[in-house]
Amino acid sequence: MAESTELKTGVVADPKKPAGEKDPLFGKKEKILITDPLLDNNPITIQVLGVCSALAVTSLVYPSLVMAVAVVFVTAFSSLATSLMRNIIPKAVRLIVQLVIIATLVTLVNEALKVLAFPVYKQLSVYIGLIITNCIVMGRLEAFAMANKPWRAFLDGVGNGLGYGLILVAVGVVRELFGKGSLFAGSPIAMNIIGPSGDTTQYWINTAADSGLGSFFGWYANNNLMVLPAAAMFVIAVFIWIQRSYNSKLVDVS
Amino acid sequence: MSTKYIYTFGVIMTVVVALTLAGFRTVTAESAARNEDIFNKREILATVAEPLAEAGSPISTLTDEEVLEIFNEQVEQIVVNSSGEAVADVEFSAIDLAKEYKKPEEQRLYPINIFNIDGDRYYVFSVRGNGLWDAIWGNIALASDLNTVTGASFDHAGETPGLGAEIKDNAGWKSQFKGKKIYNGDEFVSILVRKGGAIDQEHEVDGLSGATVTADGVTKMLYNGLKAYQPFIEEQRAEANATSMNLK
Repeated sequence: MAESTELKTGVVADPKKPAGEKDPLFGKKEKILITDPLLDNNPITIQVLGVCSALAVTSLVYPSLVMAVAVVFVTAFSSLATSLMRNIIPKAVRLIVQLVIIATLVTLVNEALKVLAFPVYKQLSVYIGLIITNCIVMGRLEAFAMANKPWRAFLDGVGNGLGYGLILVAVGVVRELFGKGSLFAGSPIAMNIIGPSGDTTQYWINTAADSGLGSFFGWYANNNLMVLPAAAMFVIAVFIWIQRSYNSKLVDVS
Repeated sequence: MSTKYIYTFGVIMTVVVALTLAGFRTVTAESAARNEDIFNKREILATVAEPLAEAGSPISTLTDEEVLEIFNEQVEQIVVNSSGEAVADVEFSAIDLAKEYKKPEEQRLYPINIFNIDGDRYYVFSVRGNGLWDAIWGNIALASDLNTVTGASFDHAGETPGLGAEIKDNAGWKSQFKGKKIYNGDEFVSILVRKGGAIDQEHEVDGLSGATVTADGVTKMLYNGLKAYQPFIEEQRAEANATSMNLK
């Protein structure tokens, strides 16, 4: 036992921690790494990173969801890889190295999608490539993974990917529901919520119906603004507003 | 950290990454190519979805193998030149419209998929043009009168999801093409995607809100694309008229 303790002290990063005490695999700190980016430190609404892609892909829920999954994968594994290499990466070229790691993973995701889900690959085409330039990924590598151990860096990556994905899907739901009257269009669980039913599409709330629930919605029309990228700007802004009115510690008092 | 270390690190990193990507690509290439082929074939099948459904094989239920089987058994794939004559010595799968459109007009070759479904012939023509950001392409099927559209499907390289990409994803919009006519009497008019909504119900379809440039691209693509097939279409029409007169 004594030997292993001695061996360990050499690698423990936190000097305040009593030597030999083992970190729990998923303790309080680890939990914070996952939950904090979901709300209190959300990459989109608080750090305002990755807004560019949030504007572009969120007109439909399904691409948002696939994009979210792809980003979680990329942030998690690029954080892990960067953290593993953090002591050997030359400081002078660290950004380039991070970029290479991200680009490699994104290319792998792209190729994997071609094999696993070709229609989804077709739908997301350009946006998968754009994960490379997603500020969240590189931001987390530079801010967290370069200074933390692999497991925590991995969790931080997962957390931030999820935080990004959460907002992406939430914005997607608002935009698709009000812009097109559907949800998850293009996926196996496509739902047509509201609109005039025709020969090809049947809606749950049929605004063209003469009787039933739909007859109360005869005035309803899809909001075409929601389809345009600008709508994501308003929707994200409203999210930020709501979040800050609930959480006073986020308000900048200066 | 010395300069030498940085260089060494860079070289090793590049080699490792290049090998990883090249290896992964080599492993997946075959399966990806097969997926793409089936995807494109499904797009072509989508244009004759209705007759297929009536013949008992609705496209949404087809497995990948069944898609390939239909192409093996019910489809005649021919290549025509710009004067509408069938070219025998060119492999159908070797035709790439993107490359053909770069050649001078008289040297171009065009692919046609001719379906034989329950005794009826359907002609699927492939067209290609430009959207807002990048290339768009599509297939349009004509019934045996070579005038009435049975369906159309479109694809794109980089249109915006929810906007321009709707030409591919919006089934309701695509279904409008069904029943349109590309001839007004004997005059070739193609099909117009009209912003604000179709006026001439026989030759126009509604535009897509937020995607005017892509929609205009579709109009142009259909006009130019079908115009290229015109010698073939006219010939077939003349033949069809002749036979129907003979029969009478």
